[in-house]
Amino acid sequence: MFELIRANRRRAIILMAAMLVLFAGVGYALGYAFMHSAEAGLVIAVALAAFLAFLSWSSGDALILNSSQAHRIEHDDHPVLFNVVEEMRIAAGLPKTPEVYIIDADAPNAFATGRDPEHAKIAVTAGLLERLDRDELQGVIGHEMGHVANRDILYMMMATVLLGAIVILADVGFYAMLFGGGGRRRTSAGGGGGGQAQAIMMLVAIALVILAPLFARLLYFALSRRREYLADACSARYTRYPEGLARALEKIAGNPSPLRVANRATAALYIANPLKTGNRGLADLTSTHPPISERIRILRSMAGDMNYAAYDEAFRQVTGRAVGVVPFSGLQDKSTPAAPARSAATDAERARMGDRRQRVRDTGNALWRKQGYRFINCPCGTTLKVPPRFPKDVVTCPNCGRDHDIRDGR
Amino acid sequence: MIIGWIILGIVVLFIVMMVAMYNNLVRLRNQVKNAWAQIDVQLKRRHDLIPNLVETVKGYMQHERQTLESVTQARQQAVNLSGGSVADQAKAENALSQTLRSLFAVAENYPNLKANENFLALQEQLASTENKISFARQFYNDAVMSFNNKIQMFPSNMMASMFNFTMAESFELEDQAEREAPKVSFSG
Repeated sequence: MFELIRANRRRAIILMAAMLVLFAGVGYALGYAFMHSAEAGLVIAVALAAFLAFLSWSSGDALILNSSQAHRIEHDDHPVLFNVVEEMRIAAGLPKTPEVYIIDADAPNAFATGRDPEHAKIAVTAGLLERLDRDELQGVIGHEMGHVANRDILYMMMATVLLGAIVILADVGFYAMLFGGGGRRRTSAGGGGGGQAQAIMMLVAIALVILAPLFARLLYFALSRRREYLADACSARYTRYPEGLARALEKIAGNPSPLRVANRATAALYIANPLKTGNRGLADLTSTHPPISERIRILRSMAGDMNYAAYDEAFRQVTGRAVGVVPFSGLQDKSTPAAPARSAATDAERARMGDRRQRVRDTGNALWRKQGYRFINCPCGTTLKVPPRFPKDVVTCPNCGRDHDIRDGR
Repeated sequence: MIIGWIILGIVVLFIVMMVAMYNNLVRLRNQVKNAWAQIDVQLKRRHDLIPNLVETVKGYMQHERQTLESVTQARQQAVNLSGGSVADQAKAENALSQTLRSLFAVAENYPNLKANENFLALQEQLASTENKISFARQFYNDAVMSFNNKIQMFPSNMMASMFNFTMAESFELEDQAEREAPKVSFSG
């Protein structure tokens, strides 16, 4: 769906421009009110905006992953997850397999970020890996891969970082206005007209500081619902099995615990709202995500070929809206034989992921490994997990009493 | 005078449309090419895994010389045909899949082999490669279908015949999953 890709790139640029204007306005007003020089405020604010824009483009993903306490994992840490990610990467026709991260949290959720498909990152929580079977996991990863393929990740990443920055800056500005600046302003006021202009500017500054986070939020949320629907459509198409994602969403929605590492800035990135706020009315107005029950119903009522047109049809049927969500080029594509690309080959992995105890064990092992634990397979069938900086050279198996030499880093 | 402008406008519009149509065809053809490269990577990976597998299995299966030989032969055939036509490659890969399947079926009778870690790792790698081949094939066949549609449908078909865009072949594999799913044929 190339219009989407183009639109997302355009939106990223518009976002930058809007931020620049917003910053310039606030800087101008603050400079006038507090520094006797609107130009100085303007220059500082624009420089700051440019710096933030560059920062969010170049390392927004690292900032987001760090603030979410995500740890990068390798193939051997969780082979099934890696295989699923690679399969979905291939199904989406993307050039490079994204880096995979795991978040040590019980609430099931996932997000994708990065500036382009070559630098994409996908993060999933431990709770997700513990709860979903292979088909469901594939649905979720397909959704995230949809965000990557549609280039949602760039826009969402930059918006997240800038939104966070604006919220912080507005707070700083608010306190600066409350506690500082007042005295100097009065002594330097020139004629009566100047004083009046200053008073107006003060009002403008206050209004902007209060409204800036709100503007930023609106800008951010404007199109994020549509993005979620489209990523669902991509998932259905890649997996040819919408039921997988539907079941996954059901499990995610059924889990009541909020995700501790998510905040208001990063919430929109996740596959399902991680904050789970109680008050419905307000949540609906600014909600970044469509209601999960609706997404599930759309996925379940897909019929025929598992392509974008089928999703669009189901969307219109469920929501009762006349206009669908899929852009023109997506509807054009009426291809796709309905067969899900599953071979008997995944049976072993499917069985492994179908067993909850095995899932919990695999997820735990991936986390242990991330903390530097070493795994030693004892011939008696026990796996010994040796903590990093273990004081002794030899570990004794508690089951069979064999000694294992761990000096040579095996 | 006004009529002159209108004619000029129509001509310009026509040219713009032609260019857009041509570019679209090129884009779709490139997509087919890229999608094929993805299949190729996975097929090559499978070809590379098989000699290791045969080497590992040899020691355990002295009485199954024929099964092993047919795997080696099928692999050689597939390697020889890589770079050839899509249909030939698909046929060779199908044959290879079949011999592999019978190899793994025979392996069930050798408990020692099934306890060999190297064998298990190779089995797993081959399985996940096969899975990736099927996803790559899904993407490739989608790309082929949208390209072929554009070549056949009016008005882009005129552009296609003018600049010699030829239809791409889809990659058909016969595996178990394929047989389970209902198939729709558009030819005929």
